[in-house]
Amino acid sequence: MQLIACPWCGEREETEFRYGGQAHVAYPDDPYALDDEQWAQYVFFRDNPKGPFAERWVHSAGCRRWFNALRDTVTHEFLRVYVISAQHPLTTSTAPAAQQRKGQEAI
Amino acid sequence: MTVETPTRYSPLSAWQDALARLPTGVQVRELPFLTQLNLRLQPGSAAAQAVEAALGLTLPGPLRAGMSGDVKLLWMGPDEWLLVAPEGRQHDLVAQLRSAIGDEFATVTDVSAQRTTLALSGHLVREVLAQGCAIDLDPRVTPVGSCLTTVLAQAPITLVVRGDAASSVWLLVRSSFASYLATWLVDACTEYRGGTG
Ligand SMILES: [Zn+2]
Repeated sequence: MQLIACPWCGEREETEFRYGGQAHVAYPDDPYALDDEQWAQYVFFRDNPKGPFAERWVHSAGCRRWFNALRDTVTHEFLRVYVISAQHPLTTSTAPAAQQRKGQEAI
Repeated sequence: MTVETPTRYSPLSAWQDALARLPTGVQVRELPFLTQLNLRLQPGSAAAQAVEAALGLTLPGPLRAGMSGDVKLLWMGPDEWLLVAPEGRQHDLVAQLRSAIGDEFATVTDVSAQRTTLALSGHLVREVLAQGCAIDLDPRVTPVGSCLTTVLAQAPITLVVRGDAASSVWLLVRSSFASYLATWLVDACTEYRGGTG
């Protein structure tokens, strides 16, 4: 069984976790300013990349805390886990490391 | 007018005999009605300091429990602890903690009825638990004082290693899962019956 590293509890079996969809989907600053199409975009539309994807996970059978993870949707490998208040790892200075790692796997 | 309160019973009161018949290598005893308080506060905050001063204890760090005194503290999450104390202490402890916390940001909630506690001891404890628990209970990985919220045979539990490697363990289990867990424990012990246990 795949192990997922909870930022608080360390590696646990994947069945202790629940998936929470794409991370970094911010609630609209002014929801009333959105038309129906824009609201539908916010509610229903998510990225579906092939490769590293920033996702929300919750350690539901352990500490019950939400955290974010960068997971490769091709290999299911967790490239990193990070607290939800942190920036998207691919938009920060740490991005090259993740990109590089992915590149290495492709070789 | 008097209101009749229903008779109090523990989730595993009907299991005493079955648990008493387990092999000697796995002694299982329910510790019913323990006082259990949920504490939510930020570690290092003024509220945390007030709680620690009031109890004379240190809030344990991740995956740890302080089990030495009458009042025990179990780490449940980065801003959450479970205080466990002998039966009947909930009212004075809630009052004591709330007054210590004052206007600081924290919550103290009596959750004594949420879980019951199983005390396991004996040299087969680690072996029996390993049949349903993915956590490595080797004392080098899970030493005395470890406090792990995980699943045992798919049932949510909090496992506390109390002493002597994993031969003395507390299992805190939600009341509604308790009889299922007792069933599983009795079944998991079957193969040790009548042997060297
Ligand atoms: Zn966790």
